[in-house]
Amino acid sequence: MGMTMTQKILAAHAGLDYVSEGQLISAKLDLVLGNDITTPVAVNEFEKAGFDKVFNKDSIAIVLDHFVPNKDIKAAEQSKTCRQFANCQCISHFYDVGKMGIEHALLPEQGVVTAGDCVIGADSHTCTYGALGAFSTGVGSTDMAAGMATGMAWFKVPSAIRFNLTGKLPYNCSGKDVILSIIGNIGVDGALYKSMEFSGDGVQNLSIDDRLCICNMAIEAGAKNGIFPVDEITQAYMTNRCERKPVVFEADKDAKYDKVYEIDLSKIKPTVSCPHLPENTRNAEELHDITIDQVVIGSCTNGRMEDMEAAYKILNGKTVAQNTRCIIIPATMQIYRDCIERGYVTAFIDAGAVVSTPTCGPCLGGYMGILAAGERCVSTTNRNFVGRMGHTESEVYLSSPFTAAASALTGFITEYKEVQ
Amino acid sequence: MNTQGKVFKYKDNVDTDVIIPARYLNTPVAAELALHCMEDIDKDFVKNVKEGDLIVAGWNFGCGSSREHAPLVIKTCGVSCVIAKSFARIFYRNAINIGLPILECEEAAEEISAGDEVSVNFDTGEINNKTTGKIYTAQPFPPFIQNIIKKGGLLASLKEADNE
Ligand code: SF4
Repeated sequence: MGMTMTQKILAAHAGLDYVSEGQLISAKLDLVLGNDITTPVAVNEFEKAGFDKVFNKDSIAIVLDHFVPNKDIKAAEQSKTCRQFANCQCISHFYDVGKMGIEHALLPEQGVVTAGDCVIGADSHTCTYGALGAFSTGVGSTDMAAGMATGMAWFKVPSAIRFNLTGKLPYNCSGKDVILSIIGNIGVDGALYKSMEFSGDGVQNLSIDDRLCICNMAIEAGAKNGIFPVDEITQAYMTNRCERKPVVFEADKDAKYDKVYEIDLSKIKPTVSCPHLPENTRNAEELHDITIDQVVIGSCTNGRMEDMEAAYKILNGKTVAQNTRCIIIPATMQIYRDCIERGYVTAFIDAGAVVSTPTCGPCLGGYMGILAAGERCVSTTNRNFVGRMGHTESEVYLSSPFTAAASALTGFITEYKEVQ
Repeated sequence: MNTQGKVFKYKDNVDTDVIIPARYLNTPVAAELALHCMEDIDKDFVKNVKEGDLIVAGWNFGCGSSREHAPLVIKTCGVSCVIAKSFARIFYRNAINIGLPILECEEAAEEISAGDEVSVNFDTGEINNKTTGKIYTAQPFPPFIQNIIKKGGLLASLKEADNE
């Protein structure tokens, strides 16, 4: 029996010709990632276990993104632990304030991850890099510590669900609407322990930013990883960008899938996940009675250049509704700079929005846009759990940048079409 | 290895944001974090939980973030075992890696009620509801994982392999 794309990458990194579902393997890692929340815990474990040197200083990435520029004294202490460790171990991919970005936007942009890689990250959205044809998955801090020490990690080989994409998205939809509608369909544990493998003619109609957004939220369906095939678009993106040579893996023709879903992209509608689970999806047009206090456009899901373009298209020359705060956070310094150069930042400010330097900030209820009791936010982030962005009685509605920006103009949930 | 305690019962999809809200994650100190365990869905949990008590929940326990702080605060509060219909995969991994015993058992998770007195035998996977007298058997861990737990967590097991 054939192997899925994920299984092939895992087999290659375990030094095996063949792996099958459920098999426990030990695989070589191309990259081990941590952030300012998870790295301090990993450093503590690493040192407690008596390790003193990382396996390869070039294969570890530490990104300060959740609470930086430091939100308070405790956060400052955590950043300091990361800095000291990175300096003392001479970590080459250490990203501090001024160079940083939200990790899952930053690493693909900087060419630190590439096709065919096997990556673990102490952050659940590490599954994002599947967009480039890599196997990457989120783990905890102890796994990060073990990965830093040995360059290896244990995995149970997953089975897969295949999503066969056809057609082309309508102009008012993006990758976010695709993944929200998939999660609405299969549920937050619909892909538990499994890979989500995307394939089909429709893939060529999705940009890299769309694919990154789709894979980013694979974890919200419980998946181990999400993965796209490598095509000309991926190759063009990786050329002159990736540090290491991409290796292209393809699923075998006779690979077995637990289930195959057919998705016609042209039928996707602007989708919103209502509180308090990403699977509670509705069409945006059914939610006009939801008035909002805040809009957030940013995060590792939707803080990329195409997301900023979408926001600009809608907000330029218009005004954010009264009593609505609009917070825009470009995900990396490069995107932030591009937004300034293209005049987006001025347009956003003129529209009445605020623009922040890159940070996770409000996405996880850290800072920079915390909600009070009873407040509602339309957000391009990826989780709407109880208390995720602030008070336990606040509400987060997940949407695409189109829907978020349009809602900022009206003060209630609105789709792009309605504000054109 | 055995444990016995009182059950705290929760529903499906208990996520890491309610187990330990991100607003407290500006410290890695377990004892400090543990003061906020479950507070967004059960304000009195920390006040009421005693050493050895158990958490029983539905599907997809621990979904969401990869924060290891989640199994860590549960363990630090004194919880001796979590029984659920299923676990989110990163939580499952983290629990093993830090040494918090977890068991998947749909029937037990369905039938056991809040406040029941339950004992668990980790070697056999036997769950005994002393309140109702009903006994359940959960899947034991595969040997590979049992080895990690026996050695006291992932890093300890690696260190040992290093010295062999
Ligand atoms: S933007 Fe949000 S989901 Fe992404 S890494 Fe930061 S906190 Fe996590």
